[in-house]
Amino acid sequence: MTFTRREAFGLGAGAAVFLATGLRLDPAVAAAEDAMKSVMDFAGGQEPAAGKVTLSAPEIAENGNTVPISVSVDSPMTADDYVASVMIVAAGNPRPGVATFKFSPMSGVAEASTRMRLAKTQKVIAVAKMNSGAVFMDSKEVKVTIGGCGG
Amino acid sequence: MASAKPRVKVPKTAAKDEVITIKTLISHKMESGQRKDKEGNIIPQKIINKFSAEFNGTPVFEVDLEPAISANPYFEFSMKVPESGKITFTWVDDDGSTYTEEKSIEVTG
Amino acid sequence: MMKLMMAGAFATVAAAVFVTAAAAQDSANIGEQGLQTEPMELVIDDEKMMTRVKAPADSPFTELISGWEFRNPGTRKMELDDFDNPAFIWVEQGEELWSTVDGTEGKSCATCHEDASDSMKGVRAAFPKWDEAKGKPQAMEHQVNECRTERMGADAWKWESDQMLGMTAYVGLQSRGMPVQVEIDGPMQEWWQRGKDLYYQRVGQLDMSCANCHEDNYGKMIRADRLSQGQINGFPTYRLKWQKIGSLHRRFKGCMQNIRAVGYKRGSDEFTALELYVASRGQGLSVETPAVRQ
Repeated sequence: MTFTRREAFGLGAGAAVFLATGLRLDPAVAAAEDAMKSVMDFAGGQEPAAGKVTLSAPEIAENGNTVPISVSVDSPMTADDYVASVMIVAAGNPRPGVATFKFSPMSGVAEASTRMRLAKTQKVIAVAKMNSGAVFMDSKEVKVTIGGCGG
Repeated sequence: MASAKPRVKVPKTAAKDEVITIKTLISHKMESGQRKDKEGNIIPQKIINKFSAEFNGTPVFEVDLEPAISANPYFEFSMKVPESGKITFTWVDDDGSTYTEEKSIEVTG
Repeated sequence: MMKLMMAGAFATVAAAVFVTAAAAQDSANIGEQGLQTEPMELVIDDEKMMTRVKAPADSPFTELISGWEFRNPGTRKMELDDFDNPAFIWVEQGEELWSTVDGTEGKSCATCHEDASDSMKGVRAAFPKWDEAKGKPQAMEHQVNECRTERMGADAWKWESDQMLGMTAYVGLQSRGMPVQVEIDGPMQEWWQRGKDLYYQRVGQLDMSCANCHEDNYGKMIRADRLSQGQINGFPTYRLKWQKIGSLHRRFKGCMQNIRAVGYKRGSDEFTALELYVASRGQGLSVETPAVRQ
């Protein structure tokens, strides 16, 4: 993965905030740290690669209470080669965990949809783990703002 | 709604090894544990924390749910149908209750 | 640098967690009148809903547009399939209640009205309706409770109860696809005028009327929300925000709260008059009950 200048800057700023706040003081940063930890745990020490998994979500959610999302993973879904599970994480939520889908060769295709809650504009992350242990990742930014007149 | 009520949509028939789409929904508030009541006390978390689908006893698809899943949890997923049989759907509530639903599917040709 | 943040953390993961892109734009797929341009028709069970109809000559609009047209593709899709539409949790409850005996008279709805798919066809499209005995118009919720208390000997349901929402959604569904056609002549004329006065009356700390948003500015954004014409052909409706189905009068109350006004009560004469007037502004749009909105 290569970073654009903007991304690299954002990353630096995130890291700076992370360090400056003394790790646990800012709940938002703490949640992001939790998100990162759960992705790392799920990945089992491997760096997630780009590709294979696709996360679909609206660019702008009409209401953060109910945001339709779906994931699909490019896999033959045979007994020898299938997607074991896909974890969905929302790093900007008070609690970043969303759901973990567990597939099997009986799934036929590795696709699933659900509806989720998003507390604010943030990236939603999908991490797919193959039965071989290989790990892939995709993310989508979903813009969430309160509705007209706060209603 | 007072008690959780599951709904599932499964085709009645399929060709052998056809991949079918299954949709499930259960009425449930999915109380997140993040909200406060009028007195300012946290309303305790009460969610559906697990969903599973099995075909003739073999796991097909499972979900571990967190409070970030919306009220009335909805899942759409697929299944490859090897033979005629029964699909069992189970939802597990934080309070220990389980809700189940069963659908038969027949392989034609 | 990443190694400093968390031992074993990878840059790809950190980037996904921390980096936010430039603000998303949705202007690309918004066309004339603020309507979505992604082609989609509201066809449910092979029945096409009239979501855009030519307005009659005396309408303030040139075209009557269902709220469905203003929503984004994900929300619109949820109404296309009755299984994807969570309002059907309540519809199924309403269907059960229809034939459930309740009250001292040993009756259910079905005792008198038999098959709802027959007897209730067209009912939603024509409400609110004049009630001669009461000398005023009734919303469907009033009618349900009149049956319960006066003919079944049962307790009235609360306006926003799951039972009432289930029943009004189930009864309303029997008119889905039929054009809204409320009676506004005769004794209804006075109530229609009262509703119209309420519609144009500026109220609340923000000093706004219904018309300021839903007539003058529909299709435009109010903060992150796209204003509709305020058509009511889909009520009771499942709102993503509510995460449940809700009544039209609940929506009215929400609007009034938003403009910092003191709202009327659900089922009040004021809201019933307003319901009649707003329904008349959508004559010809298909009943979409139970719709899905944001």
